[in-house]
Amino acid sequence: MRSSVSRLSLWLLLTPFLLWIVLLVLLPHLQMLRVSFQVRESWDTIAWGIEQYQNFFTESYYWRTFVRTGVMSLFTTFLTLIIAFPIAWYIARLARGRSKGILFLACLIPFWASELVRTYGWMILLRESGLFSSWLQALGWVDGPVEMLYNDVAVIIGLVYNGLLFMVVPLVTTLDGMDENLVEAGYDLGGGHGTVLREIVVPWAMPGIVSGCIVVFMLTLGSYLTPVLMGGKDSAWFTEQIFTQFITRFNWEQGAALGVLLLVLSSVIVWLGLKISGQSLRKVMG
Amino acid sequence: MIRSVPRSRLFDSLYLAYLVAFFVYLALPLLVTAVFAFNDAPFPSLPWKGFTLDWYFADGSEGRTGLFHDDGLLTALWVSAKIAFWVTLVSVALGCVNAVLFERVQFRGKEFLYLLMLLPLVIPGVILGVSILVFYSGMANDISAAWGIELDLFRPGMTLVVMGQVTFIATLSTLVIAARLRKFDPQLEEAALNLGATPLVAWFTVTLPWLLPSIFGAAAMAFLMSFENFNTTVMLTGSDTPLTVALFNRLREGSTPVLNAVALLLMVGSALLALLVMGRSSR
Repeated sequence: MRSSVSRLSLWLLLTPFLLWIVLLVLLPHLQMLRVSFQVRESWDTIAWGIEQYQNFFTESYYWRTFVRTGVMSLFTTFLTLIIAFPIAWYIARLARGRSKGILFLACLIPFWASELVRTYGWMILLRESGLFSSWLQALGWVDGPVEMLYNDVAVIIGLVYNGLLFMVVPLVTTLDGMDENLVEAGYDLGGGHGTVLREIVVPWAMPGIVSGCIVVFMLTLGSYLTPVLMGGKDSAWFTEQIFTQFITRFNWEQGAALGVLLLVLSSVIVWLGLKISGQSLRKVMG
Repeated sequence: MIRSVPRSRLFDSLYLAYLVAFFVYLALPLLVTAVFAFNDAPFPSLPWKGFTLDWYFADGSEGRTGLFHDDGLLTALWVSAKIAFWVTLVSVALGCVNAVLFERVQFRGKEFLYLLMLLPLVIPGVILGVSILVFYSGMANDISAAWGIELDLFRPGMTLVVMGQVTFIATLSTLVIAARLRKFDPQLEEAALNLGATPLVAWFTVTLPWLLPSIFGAAAMAFLMSFENFNTTVMLTGSDTPLTVALFNRLREGSTPVLNAVALLLMVGSALLALLVMGRSSR
């Protein structure tokens, strides 16, 4: 009697979870995988094949964008970590009392605006008729309007901006829990700043670093607005191609194949990051 | 570099300069967006032509249509609000059930299911949208071709957008609520049971009130994330475009201060919501 009641309640609790995971995550992704191996021969006949994947490797535009997106996402993640670490260190270890809370909140404020609004703000600043251009002209440093938008630097500025919060928060959380005696001991034993950072601080902060990097990398790799709105003609992003296949060309088979490739890329890099740093997804995310 | 280790003056001032530069970098884009919502000029750029509220209230008679007379944007705002409402409701309900499942029940395969629960966080948003589009819209197409039954529910539109957003927002709300439930002392619930409460009564009078702050937090977060989401939404939206997609389409045509007006409204709205939740949870 008792065990059948607990079995029943277990199933009652499991059902919503299973419906969510199976209907919204597993089945759709399996179907995407299936569609990516379909080849449309005419409007109502379908054969199986790997043509969509062959297209990816033979058309240099596809795989070049793919590699570019991956490399630029890694670079953005690294840059975000470098920029965020001193800030997180200051908030967690050097700021005291009220200023600590205020600085932490100040880091969160930009993220009450959506990615679209943030990107729009950068466009107003960077474009030819934008603020930076006007200011430089007013200062007399340049003669005419300068276009600072529509290039890779602009895209990276925007992407780093979007990722910062997701880097600062986990870093502050892990650094906050660090025992300062460890750092003092490091200095007492004759370590310099570099040694203490490398041997004590970074190993301690590793879970935060990995979780921040994973989230920022995922967001960057999958971002669409920032590269599309701030990038130039040559700075295509891979998500843009997926969008084009699905929405503009109605070529679902090709789009599904590109989607699978993006998913594989992100999974492989996340897995590698966890392996190299010796962390587990549960520890880092949960 | 901790407080007890002496630092040089130069280092301190460089560090301070870096902090200031960082916060300027954070604030600048939002600040200019907000300021140009009030510039009396047809484009959001310098020079400053004076203060105006036209971009909110102009009724179109002088060639300017303010936000509150712009039917397209107002409709989109309403669509976004409806989507966000349903996403919040479903995600928070799922989050509560999942939190109990993972924090209070022991069963075989729990570790594996927990990893499955985290999965949506490591899938790019575009892919979540695309996979749901392929599965449900494809199914609607097949059913229509085979039996002539039209399942408009599964065509791109509001239902699919809600489903797509719930996919990952439910994970986040689960994590928020589970974190709070982990700190709950089960003895309180046992005390209620010993005093004669049924499990259901104990849940509603002891456990749920404890969880309430996290439920409000999760709800506010879900609402904001749904309202602001673009990547998943854009793949699944039909003719009733939500605000972010509508803004994106406007932005591609060219920017006007009306966009700044909407952006400022959104920022103020999310700030108020966030303050409300923080005020509640700190009490």
